[in-house]
Amino acid sequence: MSDAASGEGIGQPVRRKEDFRFITGNGHYTDDINRPRQTWAYFLRSPHAHARIKSIDTSAAEAAPGVVAIFTGRHVADDGLGGLICGWTVTSKDGTPMKVGPHPILALDTVRYVGDHVAMVVAETLADARAAAEMIDVDYDALPAAASLSACQNAAAPQVHPEAPRNTCFEWELGNKAETEAAFAKAGRIVKLDLKNNRLIPNAMEPRAALGEFDKGTGIYTLHTTSQNPHVARLVLSAFVGVAPEHKLRVIAPDVGGGFGSKIFIYAEETACVWAAAKVGRPIKWTADRSEAFLSDAHGRDHLSHAELALDKDGKFLALRVKTVANLGAYLSTFSASVPTYLYGTLLSGQYDIPAVYVEVDGVYTHTAPVDAYRGAGRPEATYLVERIVETAARETGIDPAELRRRNYIRTFPHQTPVIMNYDTGDYEASLAAAMEAIDYKGFPARKSEAAKRGKLRGIGFSSYIEACGIAPSAAVGSLGAGVGLWESAEVRVNPTGNVEVLTGSHSHGQGHETTFAQLVASRLGVPLANVEIVHGDTDKVQFGMGTYGSRSGAVGMSAIVKALDKIEAKAKKIAAHLMEAAVEDIVFENGTFTVQGTDKSLAWAELSLAAYTAHGFPSGEIEPGLKEGAFYDPVNFTFPSGCHICEVEIDPDTGVTKIEKFVAVDDFGTVINPMIVEGQVHGGIAQGVGQALLEHGIYDAESGQLITGSYMDYCMPRADDLPSFDLGFTTTICPSNPLGMKGCGEAGAIASPPAIINAVTDALGIRDIEMPATPARVWTALQSATPRAAAE
Amino acid sequence: MYQFNYERPKTLADAEALLGKADDPKILAGGQTLIPTLKQRLAMPSDVIDIGGIGELDFIRAEGDAVMIGAATRHATVAQSADVKKHNPALAALAGSIGDPAVRHMGTLGGSIANNDPAADYPAACLGLDAKIHTTRRLIEADEFFKGMFETALQDGEIVKEVTFPHPEKAAYMKFPNPASRYAMVGVFVSRGPWGVRVAVTGAGQNGVFRIAEMEEALAKNWSPDAVANIKVPATGLNSDLHGTAEYRAHLVTVMAKRAVAAAG
Repeated sequence: MSDAASGEGIGQPVRRKEDFRFITGNGHYTDDINRPRQTWAYFLRSPHAHARIKSIDTSAAEAAPGVVAIFTGRHVADDGLGGLICGWTVTSKDGTPMKVGPHPILALDTVRYVGDHVAMVVAETLADARAAAEMIDVDYDALPAAASLSACQNAAAPQVHPEAPRNTCFEWELGNKAETEAAFAKAGRIVKLDLKNNRLIPNAMEPRAALGEFDKGTGIYTLHTTSQNPHVARLVLSAFVGVAPEHKLRVIAPDVGGGFGSKIFIYAEETACVWAAAKVGRPIKWTADRSEAFLSDAHGRDHLSHAELALDKDGKFLALRVKTVANLGAYLSTFSASVPTYLYGTLLSGQYDIPAVYVEVDGVYTHTAPVDAYRGAGRPEATYLVERIVETAARETGIDPAELRRRNYIRTFPHQTPVIMNYDTGDYEASLAAAMEAIDYKGFPARKSEAAKRGKLRGIGFSSYIEACGIAPSAAVGSLGAGVGLWESAEVRVNPTGNVEVLTGSHSHGQGHETTFAQLVASRLGVPLANVEIVHGDTDKVQFGMGTYGSRSGAVGMSAIVKALDKIEAKAKKIAAHLMEAAVEDIVFENGTFTVQGTDKSLAWAELSLAAYTAHGFPSGEIEPGLKEGAFYDPVNFTFPSGCHICEVEIDPDTGVTKIEKFVAVDDFGTVINPMIVEGQVHGGIAQGVGQALLEHGIYDAESGQLITGSYMDYCMPRADDLPSFDLGFTTTICPSNPLGMKGCGEAGAIASPPAIINAVTDALGIRDIEMPATPARVWTALQSATPRAAAE
Repeated sequence: MYQFNYERPKTLADAEALLGKADDPKILAGGQTLIPTLKQRLAMPSDVIDIGGIGELDFIRAEGDAVMIGAATRHATVAQSADVKKHNPALAALAGSIGDPAVRHMGTLGGSIANNDPAADYPAACLGLDAKIHTTRRLIEADEFFKGMFETALQDGEIVKEVTFPHPEKAAYMKFPNPASRYAMVGVFVSRGPWGVRVAVTGAGQNGVFRIAEMEEALAKNWSPDAVANIKVPATGLNSDLHGTAEYRAHLVTVMAKRAVAAAG
């Protein structure tokens, strides 16, 4: 049966298999798992952004009811446990490696942000643990904090790590400086823009959690945890932290309720839980409450940038130069150094043919929570910068923003940018045209004047984005400093009854892999979707895999499944040839049936599967029994999803409230397996982009380093009524570098939408820039000081 | 939470007796503020006296020219009450705009005004409608009840029993919600009735709900949005935080007052 006829194959909007258990409360999240004799952990956290720990007295707390054990940094150090690591080394422009301060599991003598881990109390109940934690007497010597990104590199700023003078972890550069300078020297026009990319706090629906266990009989540790990449967690915990040898450590990431990057990283809490489980001889459970999540999940974004774009008299881009200061927080998180460098600088050419690009990034420490990948990771920051300055250039040159983009689009592929990336394919004009049509760009002036009659300011903004997904060719990332390869693995197990288990190294924490991956398998093998089970998230079940982030699970994870299916098909044909006494090359496999070409001989999938395991009469040495194949897929290039988002807003000048009236997203994701799931990913991504552009802002007090936005009272998450109904469209160019032609869709919405929204807001207000989030208060304030071009029209 | 003794009396008399006996009691009504406070360990009462089960506090009665609402009446009940909707639709709408459905089905009128959160909605209705607050000990005029941020005229052990809301001729409440919490950043209740004209503002003031005499006088002369459109409220004494400056709030007071008068008709 064809994919369309079955309704289950590639391209079909199949309902998500996993949703039934999620929406009926039958999911198994880490916090749902409980063990006999389980204890509870509570982490005593630093109330100071920066302080010396003079002493920690746990004696009263140890005597408190229900307390099993209390651990401090001293215990961790005495046990020889290593600290947490950053898995990507960035080299500064002077050739020196980044300056890394130690990142202990529990603080030893210094705390470096509010929420830093000071002690772990293990008790019979969570209430006992919390009560005892309050009885721990920590003698702090509070020190001044460097909590301000703009001031942290000043000579007088307090130091986060003595290893990093001026709080500077690295001074990185990318691109061609000399060519860029030369291009600016002959430029007809130079457009300059200072931009802030606001700090975001991830807020996955499920907070982080861990359950650590130790089996005294086997010496095996088991960690259930909220991870996007359990094998990487196991590798780090064994090879670097030294909790246990890799084969004595099992990491299980069961159902996980959203990650957005924040669950890629290996954190202190799960490390301490699994390590201490052996010390206390009982399972240890920890689940973050929302306040802890605000304080201790790795945050996202937080850049200060200065950008300059050189144009010739016809509006052709000549060069882009960028200086960015990127906040890394108090410690380097697992991949933090890569985010503002190789995931950011490499995308600064955008969709444009820019002959020269030069970017400098200072990665800096501050006394704030670590900053690492958050949905988009570097690429939203790059897109925001490029699309804001391009829109600004359009306004300053008087060229229509769509026309200016058209004049500069890359039109021939492959295209080598000045910043590493080699774009394989795309059609940027097609998505622009489709988006303009969908939003009725021609009708905008009429809508604007109609709004003006109602006293409202209407604005429109573009974002032509590109991102690099399918992360990533192992050799490429290895040469750029990654400590890991970024291939993916798969194993396809055909059971004797013909149903199929697929073990994938990807990890689903909301993406719908159990459906999408099964659609691929059902389509290839001609079996019903219901007969395919996707297994992931358990290092004991699944071969080593790299996990899910960077919109890689389709392009890389599914490619590994394709490779394994190729091997399955090859072996199955061999078996079929033997059973039907034909030559292998005469076997045709279609719609789940093997036939001998030119004959009426055939064999159903289930018959063949059974025969593979009965193995009666297999010619010895030629065909092994069984039908199970594995594969590793290492991509040859990144993939380059692209598209055009256009946003139209209306602002109430009396209150400063921005309402998104229309939002059009036209994306090129290459081959789409399940359009319903893809649309859901785009919806979620845009919602997060609207959050960044209009609502969300993680703010630390610049003096005290206290997190001011530590709850939903002050941190504004997007709600359904903040969002319009999105108008989605797709244009397609097939990705040439992977077998399915997929590009990835998980992050596009969050990457593309913020500049479209801010371009619309600044258009409505007639101003050059407004800081994200463009809250009503900021919009109103801007209106008071501006001479509103739009209002005067 | 820290440990405490929990009591759920069935009558007001029992509640008062329990309050009298306890060292450091807290009254629990709908729990929409107290429970989160307890969970965050920001309060350590010896006893929590839950008055949510006292039937005599849960009622809505329209009598003469007023609606009487029991202190333990949930916001959702007020919002849906035919009597309130008929005689005081602005009050029903205000109750229906508090928090979210879960909050409205737990939170109570008495709990809201006794807590006197400076961004709560009900204080604006009480002050804006010249309400009378009946307690276990006395009757307190709304003008005398709200004393400042989280402060009221209530004494230790004194429980709000009911609030009398006289029927207005015209009234409306216009709220500009804090984008994050959706509490009132500025909420303005305007009314005209036997008491004259009242303009009560919640959310904006550092000391909680307050009236604006200049707007009341202007509206008494000319009940129209234009009458208040140009009355600027001084920013002094208004809140200033990451969500907006005092100047922004002052501006919003005028905008919301204007819109409230327009909505009141």
